[in-house]
Amino acid sequence: MHPTIIVASNLTKRYGETVVVDGIDFEVGQGECFGFLGPNGAGKSTTMRMIMGLTPRDGGRLEVFGRDVVPEDSVLAAQMGIVPQDNNLDVDLEVGENLDVYCRYFGLSAREREEKIEQLLAFAQLSDRRYTPVTKLSGGMMRRLVIARALVAQPKMVILDEPTTGLDPQARHLIWQRLAKLRETGVTLLLTTHYMEEAARLCDRLLILNRGCILDQGSPEDLISRHVEPEVLEIWNRDGMPSLEDFADLPGRKEQVGDTLTIHGFQLETVRQLVVQRAGYACLLRPANLEDVFLRLTGHDLREGL
Amino acid sequence: MRGPTWMVFWRGLIPSYRFVHVWRRHFMVWRKTAMASLAGSLGEPLLYLLGLGYGLGRFVGAIGEMDYMVYVASGILASNSMNTATFEAIYGGFTRMTRQNTFHAMLATPLTVADVVAGEVAWAATRSLISGGAIFLVGMVLGAFSPGSVLMVLPVVLLSGLAFGAMAMVITAISPGYDFFLYYFTLVTTPMFLFCGVFYPVASLPPLVQSLVGVLPLTHVVALLRPVANALPVLDVGFHLAVIVAYALVAFTVAVALVRRRIIV
Repeated sequence: MHPTIIVASNLTKRYGETVVVDGIDFEVGQGECFGFLGPNGAGKSTTMRMIMGLTPRDGGRLEVFGRDVVPEDSVLAAQMGIVPQDNNLDVDLEVGENLDVYCRYFGLSAREREEKIEQLLAFAQLSDRRYTPVTKLSGGMMRRLVIARALVAQPKMVILDEPTTGLDPQARHLIWQRLAKLRETGVTLLLTTHYMEEAARLCDRLLILNRGCILDQGSPEDLISRHVEPEVLEIWNRDGMPSLEDFADLPGRKEQVGDTLTIHGFQLETVRQLVVQRAGYACLLRPANLEDVFLRLTGHDLREGL
Repeated sequence: MRGPTWMVFWRGLIPSYRFVHVWRRHFMVWRKTAMASLAGSLGEPLLYLLGLGYGLGRFVGAIGEMDYMVYVASGILASNSMNTATFEAIYGGFTRMTRQNTFHAMLATPLTVADVVAGEVAWAATRSLISGGAIFLVGMVLGAFSPGSVLMVLPVVLLSGLAFGAMAMVITAISPGYDFFLYYFTLVTTPMFLFCGVFYPVASLPPLVQSLVGVLPLTHVVALLRPVANALPVLDVGFHLAVIVAYALVAFTVAVALVRRRIIV
């Protein structure tokens, strides 16, 4: 096990009467990519903000790099790179200037700054955009710039709150590639996401949050084998929902997710053939993934907003 | 920050040298539109100067020994330092704090709330200094200021900018939106503009109003700038300076506490 760099125990945050983070415990090791999964309002961002030192906690213990976390701790801030949910780039400045002022905030000298800016522009594939106003960038470019900005002080840990939300697939893949590259250099990554594919692809370990509580944590493979059967058969039809009764005779655990009926089990190929014979239905057999775990643990009522 | 609560509170009010980076960022942005912004900030005071100095000056003639143009020029210099710093800290500061989330981005670095607010106030005062310098130049050409006084005038303008910038940051910190600022203008800055000796001596007001006006910071800025800009002896220098410094320090302290309460949640 790598040395532990984040220790949270009984970590709690309340806003008025609402408990947003309800006494959670977790540890993150150096060099890990650790992900927070959860529906909107689960407390992911609040947990992140507490680690970043932008939100004071109301209870429990929280240590980062062996230091008790309190807001506005310049020593801790100097070791962390932060990618907030909203791109808070400096819209009054150009791409290169955004990196330049951030380098200054972290106290880099003029020579270090110039070197850093070029290196990070290359990393973010924005070298030809140095003099472009940030307001002229695409969503993906802005996100890459925010990530590059988080790296100016060579942080030991980078915290990303929904790094790819709202991006198109190409832009998302490019960000994943950059993050993977970052991970290779030994930087600890902490991220929140509600994209299961992102979590499965990037994270060594995951923590699933719901309504401020931890439902489970572990590697993506562990979570899948612990909570769901290895295979999933998705069944749908063109006019309306397949009803549970229609398939009551088939083996396996059945779930209704939106317009789709899913059967979870082992070696479902034979079941698939039975479904294919029934007129009007279409089906797909696939291996179980994190989304199945997520839906199973957080319930099927998809919550909107907070 | 660590330690007992009271210590954390007081230490949290003291900015570090890093506030310079915040100031530098604002300067970097300002430089892009420096000419337009300079023309804008110089326009209004110049109109007052010409309109009142020449227009009203013909009827008033002189106040005491002082030609009215000369009299009003130093008043405008003082009130402009108030207005420029106020506008910058209110509109600029509020936009950066809310719409652009610049403060949030800064707090994700080693900068603290005290650094960010100090950078804002220092920048607001710098804007006062820049437009004050321009007004001084124009006024000097019109014969309203004695050239040699510049080295004493500008520090007073800067100090005034610090005080009014800090006061405006308090309003920025509690404002729910842009409309809220009208209360501050109507209830605070406009009354000061009209009653603190910019256009006529405070001594001409009824005694009760005089003592009220004596509490306001602009009165003291005018009381310093008018004689200083004309190389005349100043009375009660220490007292006037102390009042302005007190406004600056108290307002800064309150502003830091309020901005912190608003964004570290």
